Amino acid sequence: MITTIHPGLFTTVQDEGRWGYQAFGMPVAGAMDRYAYYAANILAGNKPAAAVLEMTLRGGHFRFEADYYVSICGADMQARLNGTPVKSWSGFLVGAGSELVFDYAISGCRTYVAINGGINTPVVLGSRSTYTRAAVGGFDGRALQAGDVIPIGKDADAAPRNPRLLPAEFIPAYRDQIELRVLLGPQDDYFSEAGITTFFNSTYCISTEADRMGYRLEGSIIEHKEKADIISDALCQGAIQVPGHGMPIIMMADRQTTGGYTKIGTVIGPDLSLLAQAKPGDSIVFKKCSEDDAAAAFALERDACSRLQQVVAYNEQQPPGPARHFKITVNKQLYHVEIREVK
Amino acid sequence: MEGVRILAAGEQGLVVEFANKIEAGINRQVHRLSGLLLQQNQGEIKEVVPTYRSLLVYFDPAQITRKLLTDRVISLIHAAADDDSGLAVAKVISIPVCYGGEFGPDIAYVAQHNGITEAEVIQIHTSVPYLVYMLGFTPGFPYLGGMSEKIATPRLQKPRTCIPAGSVGIAGSQTGFYPVESPGGWQLIGRTPVKAFNPKADNPFLFAAGDYLQFQPIGVSEYEEIAAKAAAGLYQPVIRDLKVKGGLNS
Repeated sequence: MITTIHPGLFTTVQDEGRWGYQAFGMPVAGAMDRYAYYAANILAGNKPAAAVLEMTLRGGHFRFEADYYVSICGADMQARLNGTPVKSWSGFLVGAGSELVFDYAISGCRTYVAINGGINTPVVLGSRSTYTRAAVGGFDGRALQAGDVIPIGKDADAAPRNPRLLPAEFIPAYRDQIELRVLLGPQDDYFSEAGITTFFNSTYCISTEADRMGYRLEGSIIEHKEKADIISDALCQGAIQVPGHGMPIIMMADRQTTGGYTKIGTVIGPDLSLLAQAKPGDSIVFKKCSEDDAAAAFALERDACSRLQQVVAYNEQQPPGPARHFKITVNKQLYHVEIREVK
Repeated sequence: MEGVRILAAGEQGLVVEFANKIEAGINRQVHRLSGLLLQQNQGEIKEVVPTYRSLLVYFDPAQITRKLLTDRVISLIHAAADDDSGLAVAKVISIPVCYGGEFGPDIAYVAQHNGITEAEVIQIHTSVPYLVYMLGFTPGFPYLGGMSEKIATPRLQKPRTCIPAGSVGIAGSQTGFYPVESPGGWQLIGRTPVKAFNPKADNPFLFAAGDYLQFQPIGVSEYEEIAAKAAAGLYQPVIRDLKVKGGLNS
């Protein structure tokens, strides 16, 4: 087990989310940055859907009461293991009695901590994800508190022994200005031409009202043709609502399942991980995306995740000696080549 | 198929919009299509979310293309057509509400907007049972239809960031209540002590689409009495039967 000495600013248990109950109004919840969440589980040797800790802006302080293999992915919260700095996007063995301490995020917003075996809090309606608004999942539906004992389960495929570090190409760069690709609809026909132009040609700032439910933005007012209200319908993650005041709100993991404001478009799934790492004060520009481009981006994200799994599995079989990496293009196809000395 | 629109909600969402109005027959088509899609699902559909007059289908683009899913939806729309010939028994659940005061800060605005008194707002709001067209927003939130236009009031221009659990509101010609604390843009007219969502119960959701709710005015002392019972898990709402045309289970 793992003891929470300090929980950090807002730390919750999250997994893939609580799918299947939106028809009863139950939000999906789940990890905000699904790429970092997925990478953390791969590095820790976990099943892809295992539960992890999601820390926000400032991480916690944890004591490990037994030996565990742990990984950290996402924002750099200046992690230290028994006083020695450890990198984000890495996995390592933590001995019994060790203390892992996080501080403020110096890049990004959310850090995922995966432990081999996954976090074993009770499953509520098919998921371990914490949804604080209805007090569901995790630790009685609330954020972690000092003294909470984190139970570890058996959601693992393997028990890694060696330190793991992801190759640089798999590590996203977090910036305070981001571009998000948007597929128009389902209510883009409620906006004037000028409104759509404003939306795609303005820079929006993330307001202080930005949490797991949604990101409220500030900037130029987006004009509707007539009205901003619709008969309430369902909301997917990434949906961009524009209420009567003309300021966009992007729906995130804890979003309400339905809403009555017009949705100008939807941020495509693969770009939501980047948005999940953005903080109040960061700026956003929206870029129009076609159906085909959105489908291609989805396929690319899936490929990146499966390549990531292969790379980690491959590295595990190799001797821990130094390796040199090359990029080689043959017939316009880019290959990543690794050369290792074999004794 | 006439009037039906198929729209995009991101690369993993497809919206089937039957019409642009709140009507029981249209809502029945939404729920029927929802059921038919789930019956045929081999895992390519992640979830369906039926609402008043539209259905959001979450699909896995790795397993089915938007084109193929659209074709499937079109082939099922006729089978989902409304049939109100049969009679069905629906549940009417009584929801006690303490109106006005700190529980309903917008009741004066709703009265003024419609040129009536606060007492008339309460009388009209409690006069008929409302059909639960859908659940949504937060766990167990019932979206109701059939509210009188005499008390219809637009949403707030800027939604509130925090609304207490149990708050009863009006948005346009819709009414309903917030089962859990959340942000929202509805005009608040009262509050109920009844819990519509309990994650520890065998059935965590008090209502389902197709049920009816009837609001019943109560005073502050009765509110507190029921709230104490509900907190201890001892409150059972009054439920009666109602015969309806073309119910969801007919």
